[in-house]
Parts: sequence; structure tokens; C-alpha cells
Amino acid sequence: MDSDTKRLRRVAAELDEPVAANGLLHRRAFLRGGIAFTGFAAAAVTAHDAAAQAAAATGEKLSARTLMTQAVMGGPFTAYGQPARYERDAVREFTVNQLTPGTGSSRTPHHVLEGMITPSGLHFQRNHNGVPDIEPNQHQLLIHGLVKRPLTFTLDSLSRYPMESHIRFVECAGNNGGFNAAEPRQADVQAMHGLLSSSEWTGVRLAVLLDEAGVDPKGKWILAEGGDGASMSRSVPIEKCMDDAVIALYQNGERIRPEQGYPMRLLLPGFEGNMNVKWLHRIQVTPTPTFTKDETSKYTELMPNGKARQFMFQQPVNSFITKPSYQINLQGPGYYEISGLAWSGAGKIAKVEISADEGKSWAQAALVDPVLPMAVTRFRLPWKWSGQPLTLVSRATDEKKNVQPTRSQWLKLYAPNQGYKFNGITAWAADGTGQIRHVYI
Amino acid sequence: MSISKTAAALAAALVLGFGGAALAADKVPAGPGLGKEAPADLVAKWSISILPDGTGLPAGKGDSRAGATIYVRTCLGCHGTNGSGGTGGRLTGGIGSLTSDNPIKTVNSYWPYATTIFDYIRRAMPITAPQSLTDDEVYALVAYILSVDGIVKITDPLDKDTLPKIQMPNRNGFVSFWPAAPKGF
Repeated sequence: MDSDTKRLRRVAAELDEPVAANGLLHRRAFLRGGIAFTGFAAAAVTAHDAAAQAAAATGEKLSARTLMTQAVMGGPFTAYGQPARYERDAVREFTVNQLTPGTGSSRTPHHVLEGMITPSGLHFQRNHNGVPDIEPNQHQLLIHGLVKRPLTFTLDSLSRYPMESHIRFVECAGNNGGFNAAEPRQADVQAMHGLLSSSEWTGVRLAVLLDEAGVDPKGKWILAEGGDGASMSRSVPIEKCMDDAVIALYQNGERIRPEQGYPMRLLLPGFEGNMNVKWLHRIQVTPTPTFTKDETSKYTELMPNGKARQFMFQQPVNSFITKPSYQINLQGPGYYEISGLAWSGAGKIAKVEISADEGKSWAQAALVDPVLPMAVTRFRLPWKWSGQPLTLVSRATDEKKNVQPTRSQWLKLYAPNQGYKFNGITAWAADGTGQIRHVYI
Repeated sequence: MSISKTAAALAAALVLGFGGAALAADKVPAGPGLGKEAPADLVAKWSISILPDGTGLPAGKGDSRAGATIYVRTCLGCHGTNGSGGTGGRLTGGIGSLTSDNPIKTVNSYWPYATTIFDYIRRAMPITAPQSLTDDEVYALVAYILSVDGIVKITDPLDKDTLPKIQMPNRNGFVSFWPAAPKGF
């Protein structure tokens, strides 16, 4: 037996040697198995060559045996590219309210997406009175309040400042809120987790502009206000503003989309989405929080004792599995790659574990580079499904050692129907046919 | 600022910017200083936020009786009779429910400051025509909503002096988690 054959056999044995119950394999099993898969590919190529030689002998035109698209001219250029016309499932989902058609939310279809970046046109939306149509050359950012010099900035002037680019998630504090329902909702990843998106944001550090205005020592907070029909406003502690807050002008390389705050939005890495004020037009430095509607009546977390948590800004460590998931069913027994997303407002993801036996045994998933702070991290794990019914769950840990609680541990912290900042472990159950259902464990 | 300081800051931003850890607050890079002095009248026109101590409240006044008329005309369609809720949020009732199995969060049961009601109505309501109400009308609407639960009397006019003094039922119902969770959490 030559060494390659020995290695193939060893790899095959490893591929079938689970590291946790119900077929969860080592996170590098597919990588180690590379030679085995190449072997299958070589056999297929040989068969293809034989068929091609047989066809060539008959003297027919190439177009008779190749693809339709190989025998015609292709389509023209387009000024702005669109997804393939067959990708009709990769769209945002929302409900239409007749009176206020732009108010509410739309959700990112994570169940049909891959990688770590959300396409700009699929970034979730949470609008409080629709999407304003702002003329960029008329737009000004005003910084005033407890500052030495109240200043205005135009888009042109901000475009001449040093720029930074960061891949960061934005997540609505109400994302995952459906998990407080008494019975598990039979709904897809988009419906359950779709108020989370991830982009590369480019813009100017807020601290630079605040320094230019000269913040008074009594200025401990800012009030950030949007130029939309809700004049949406939130208070942000000055410490965050002087740290990593960015006035974002670009998203994934192009100017921010209208529904994401064109021409500029506040980006507060790791903080709840609502604070990342879109259509930003005014920053007032204040001595205290302003206690706006959205930081008192909304985005506060009622506890069982009737008191509510306030200013709990950071989004907690969280994860979900996209493949398989509700309506992303298994196609019979065999090898699969479990895939999903993990993120934390506290920093980088340190570890994602997956269990196929409701948390009794765990396998560590591979984290896909780059693993960045306050960014979505893709995780993957090879898996051999035997065809038996089972339940898949994921559990993320961040670099600050925050771990996702169980759903019941999380529920105990809050009053009934409290849905903000849910980060409990979630579960998908496969039946014997590979159909996936949402279950509580 | 000197050119060399700007260049050094730019270099620092380039090194640490992409994917790097946040810069410490004492290493804020310098900018080119292109902000324009904001005209005082622009600052005055755009300053619409109201702080809990009443800072920012305008002149004017209104009482619950005036507010009831405005409410029927501009609010009832979404927020229901007497603020009982509809396609828009419930505004009234629910006081004392926050520790129950069915907490009802309304303006009157949950909001800690009456100044927030003024701030929010004036900037954002009614949703089909935001910022279309006069300051007198906003004072009157705040008075009306509060009077439904007896927080103010029907005859009490609200203005910039009386509004911040209102003690909302849930004034002490919030626990700040900034800059850190309190002990025990």
C-alpha cells in the first residue's frame, strides 16, 4: 500500500470519526480530506474527455454539444449591476402598513447569504418615519451645545478628512425578539434574526470633529439627531464618541444607501442599531442624557421586578446556524457543512461550538478569517448526517469570555414579553426526512 | 495646526485604522479643520431637544381641554379613544402593571419624564405631518394625555415652568447600565 493510499484511508477514517455526538466532525476534516475529493474529480474528468472525443469524431459543430450560452453573444453592459434574475429569494422581507409604508423594519435574508458581508441592498432597515430624500449638497452636520466653537460640516468638507474603514455589524436591539414567544415560531432565519447586517463602513472619526469644536469638560453626552421625518434622536456617552465612533459616508465602497442614512450616519461599533443614527444632521453636546423617546419608552429592558435596564448599549454575544435552518432542509443522509454567523458588541468572537445532541456534547467550529471585533464572523463545521432525527444548536463565546446563555436563563432576567437584546442559544431540529423545525431546548 | 502633526496623525490612522483596535481617546488624529462657524440663528432654529430639567422648552401653554380637541383631530385615528391604542402605541393606562404577568408600557405607566412627551410629539407627530403642531398645541396634547390618568388636572395649563415639575408614575423605574452594570447584575 503506497503512502497516498494510507493517507486516504486515514483521512477517510477521520472523516467518519465524530468529535461530538450525531456525526459532528473535526472542524478541519474537509481540509484534510482534500486528496480524497481530488481523486473523485480526476475520475470524472477522464469520463468527460472520452465523451468529448466521441462527439468530435462525428464532425458536428461545437455548438451542437456545448452550452446554449457558449454559442450566442452575451448581454450588454449595465451601469449598475443587479443580482442574477433567478435569485428572487435573496430579498428583504417586510410588512406594508398602508398609512406609514416606510415605517417599521425590513430584514436581511441570511438563510440564502454566505460570507461575512451583507450586500448593501439587503442591509436591514428600521425606519421611524420612512426614508428621507436628502440632497447631499444641501446637507450640513451641525455640532453645537457644550462646545467652544459650534461648527457645521458639509459632505464636501468631511470628504477631505482622514478616512477610516471598518467592517462592523449593525444590529437592531429588537433582533431575535421572537424567541420570547411561548411556542417556537416556525419561521426562517430572516424572520428570526434578520435585523442584523454587516458592512464595511468608511468615514471620519467623530472624535476628530468634536476636538475641532472643543468639547467643554461639562459635556458628558451627545444627542445625535437624524434629518428624517421622525427626527430620530439618541443620547450617546462622550466616551464612545471620543473612542471608535465614526461619521460613516460610505458603505461597502459606495456612498451610503438612502435607507442606511444617506448622506451620513453615525456608526457606534457594537452598540444597539437604533443609536447608529441615520441621516445624521445634528450633534448637541449635553451635560446629561436627553432621555429621548427611543431611550426611555423603547430600547429599555423591563425586568421581573418592574424596573427597567437603561443605557445597556452593547449588543450581546450571539450566534445562529444558517445551514441547515428552517426551510433550508437536509437532502438525505451524508456529508454537510454546518454554517452560521456569530458576533458580539464586546469584541471579537473567540469560539463557536456546535452540538447535535441538545448541548450534551460539543464540537468546536472553524472561524472564517478575518475575525474582527464588533463584526459578524462566519463559522463552519463538517458534519455527517446519518438520517436520524436530532437537534442542532450553536453557542458563541467572545474574547471577553461572554457566553450565550440558554433561552430559559435569558428569560429569567426579564419581564414577560420583553424582547430586546435576546441572545439565548437557539435550536433547529431535523426529522428523519431532513425537514428542519424550530424548537426550544 | 501644523502640517507635520496632521501628517503624523494621518499615518497613525492608516496604521491603526482598518480592522485595528480603537485608538485611545488621547490619540485622536487631527483633521484639516474645515468646520465652519455655525451661525447662531441656525443653532437656535435647529435646537429642538428638551432635557428633563426643561432646558429647551419653548414659550407657550396649553391645557387638557384644548388638548382633547386636538387629540380627536390629529391623534385618535392611530392612538384610539383616550389614548387606548390602535395602529399607534397605547398612550394611557397600565399604571401599576409593570410588575405583573402582563406589563403594559404606556406613556403614562412607563415614561420617566414628561419633557420627553413634549420633545417627541413636537419633533415627530403626527406621523403623516410631523412638526405641523404649534408649541401651544403640543403643550395641550401633553396635558390631555397626562390628564387621562389623573397625572395633571383637566384645568392645569402646562408651560415651560410646570411641565418639568411633573412627577411621572415611573420616574424611578430605570436602572442605568452605563458605564457598567450595577452591582448584582
